[in-house]
Amino acid sequence: MNKMKMQGVVAAVLLSTSAVAMAAEPDAAEGKKVYTTICQGCHMPDAKGAVGAGRYPALANNPKLAAKQYPMMMIVNGSRAMPSFARMLAPDEIAAAVNYVRTHFGNHYPDVLTTAEVKAVLPQKSDYERH
Amino acid sequence: MSASNAPTGISRRNLLAMIGTVAGSAVSYRAMASMGLVEESTFNGPPKLEGDPKGASVLILGAGIAGMVSAMELRNAGYKVKVLEYNNRAGGRNWSIRGGDVYTELGGFTQKCEFDKGLYINPGPWRLPYNHHGILDYARRLGVRVEPFVQINYNAFVHNTQAFGGKPQRFREIQTDYLGHVSELLAKVTQQGKLDEMVSKEDEQALLASLRNLGALDRNYKYVPGEASSNRRGFQKPPGGGLDARPVYSTDITGLSDLLKSGLWRSISAGWSTEMQSTIFEPVGGMGKIGEAFGRKLADLIQYNSKVVKIHQDNKGVKVTYVDPKTDGNPRTVTADYCLCTIPLSVLSQIDLNVNPKMQAAINAVPYAAAFKVGLQFKRRFWEQDEHIYGGITYTDLPIRSIGYPNTDYFQPGKGVLLGGYTFGPDAMKFTAMAPEERVKKAVEYGSMIHPQYKEEFDNGVAVGWHRVPWTLGCAGSWTEEMRAQHYDNLCQIDNRFLVAGEHASYIPAWQEGAVTSAIDAITRLHKKVINS
Repeated sequence: MNKMKMQGVVAAVLLSTSAVAMAAEPDAAEGKKVYTTICQGCHMPDAKGAVGAGRYPALANNPKLAAKQYPMMMIVNGSRAMPSFARMLAPDEIAAAVNYVRTHFGNHYPDVLTTAEVKAVLPQKSDYERH
Repeated sequence: MSASNAPTGISRRNLLAMIGTVAGSAVSYRAMASMGLVEESTFNGPPKLEGDPKGASVLILGAGIAGMVSAMELRNAGYKVKVLEYNNRAGGRNWSIRGGDVYTELGGFTQKCEFDKGLYINPGPWRLPYNHHGILDYARRLGVRVEPFVQINYNAFVHNTQAFGGKPQRFREIQTDYLGHVSELLAKVTQQGKLDEMVSKEDEQALLASLRNLGALDRNYKYVPGEASSNRRGFQKPPGGGLDARPVYSTDITGLSDLLKSGLWRSISAGWSTEMQSTIFEPVGGMGKIGEAFGRKLADLIQYNSKVVKIHQDNKGVKVTYVDPKTDGNPRTVTADYCLCTIPLSVLSQIDLNVNPKMQAAINAVPYAAAFKVGLQFKRRFWEQDEHIYGGITYTDLPIRSIGYPNTDYFQPGKGVLLGGYTFGPDAMKFTAMAPEERVKKAVEYGSMIHPQYKEEFDNGVAVGWHRVPWTLGCAGSWTEEMRAQHYDNLCQIDNRFLVAGEHASYIPAWQEGAVTSAIDAITRLHKKVINS
């Protein structure tokens, strides 16, 4: 499936330029959109995760979300099998997704992650990936 | 995607420079990517595991291709072998979903496949390139019948929603027009003497002749309506017999600018990399036939419904704890002298395991890619009956990315099953995030923009998003060159009594040949260690 790599890069470029890049501040509708179109593929619509031969952790009622940097870094860097979304999602999309899960699914964390905070930790864009 | 794909040959570089000069760097880049992908198999026949293992036992984790190749060869070499498998069947990602099959993905979403008898979809691998000598050799030895898989069908479509009013174009027209225009341009600059520093006078005539051949140009090196171009792109009225026999040449040649803007030239190279070149095979009746044949051959070795939760090794041996996948209860243990683990790293990274820190870091380092496939059953084979498309693939910029036509049972009456979408990256993630019935509905919506017959003829479908597959949590290990430099060797080495195999421990990621060659390399090194211990 090597040809997938090129298609993946092309698709990622299309996604990052077409989406919502200019929204002022992340909002709940944007967060919900990212969650339901991407995140719930693994973490499930009810955010309770799933168990098979391995597992996807629940985001619902998850005390690890208390620090907003934790989910941000997971999305930016990935973790074990979880891919990095740093090149697939725009900074405001990442912020919106974090704010959404931290205020839904039994989580009640009022402090907001800003787009600027996400931008500060994103790896330098490589010319190759984003040409 | 990486430096390893860059061309190295001087002559190729010269050719690429010429293509770049004439048609711009984008074309040169694509040509480079296509020409650089050389991934022939290193398979050199079944391993010769000579010497007496003196009753040594090997516990193999996973009854996919890597696990079962290892089990078969190690048993043949005199080892005591046992295989633990999470699923209730053999094959792993070598898998076909057929009419009547029930598949439950993570999250509990269950699909019952309603395909007619004999119809199927391969959610995972679907191709056996002729140069994947290893997997083909095992298929042959297991008596699995194969048939040709059509990669390039000149009469299938290439499609861009933003070009040509969204109307699908025939592959043969786009390819012929593209090569025609580019050849004409290159011939023009050659004749103008602009290549004098790069091409000798002597070579110039041969270059012009070759361009005429490559581009179906006329006597004056022009790409124009006529016999030469029509023979490749098709006629407005093809030659026939009798009174009304005269052909009419096609005149609707696509202009270069429209062609370049359309991006449809991207699809031309779809069959150029070695693993996409003819001949490609597929097992008759579904890719799963290979895994099933392995499973029968190794029936007395494989223990199904066994979910591994702990792997512990010491200087005396390996102890593996496993549970019932349905309940996570009933823990049992099995011991062996050695453990060959083919569990995907997405899962293995979550299992309690004692290996050296470098190997553990490697196991933890590899993310798993998204992939998505959907099989759609239609009431009739309209792509054959209406459009004369017999096998092969249509490419599109729609989120389904491609439509794969069945390479078998041509001209049969009754229903047929298409691959209604095959995607990676963000498109695959989005499909995976949908409920299965929504995925099928979307695939039908998108596909009907290429084949309007979809709406009338659609019957039922089944859809697999690989991040929801319970035993892999993704389609395949997603390595980068940087990750390989840091972790690959640490992953592949033997750690005391434990080692891994699978596509994730290969340079042919996501291909079954990667699993075969990885397994053979692993058991060869393990055997050497056993014999010398």
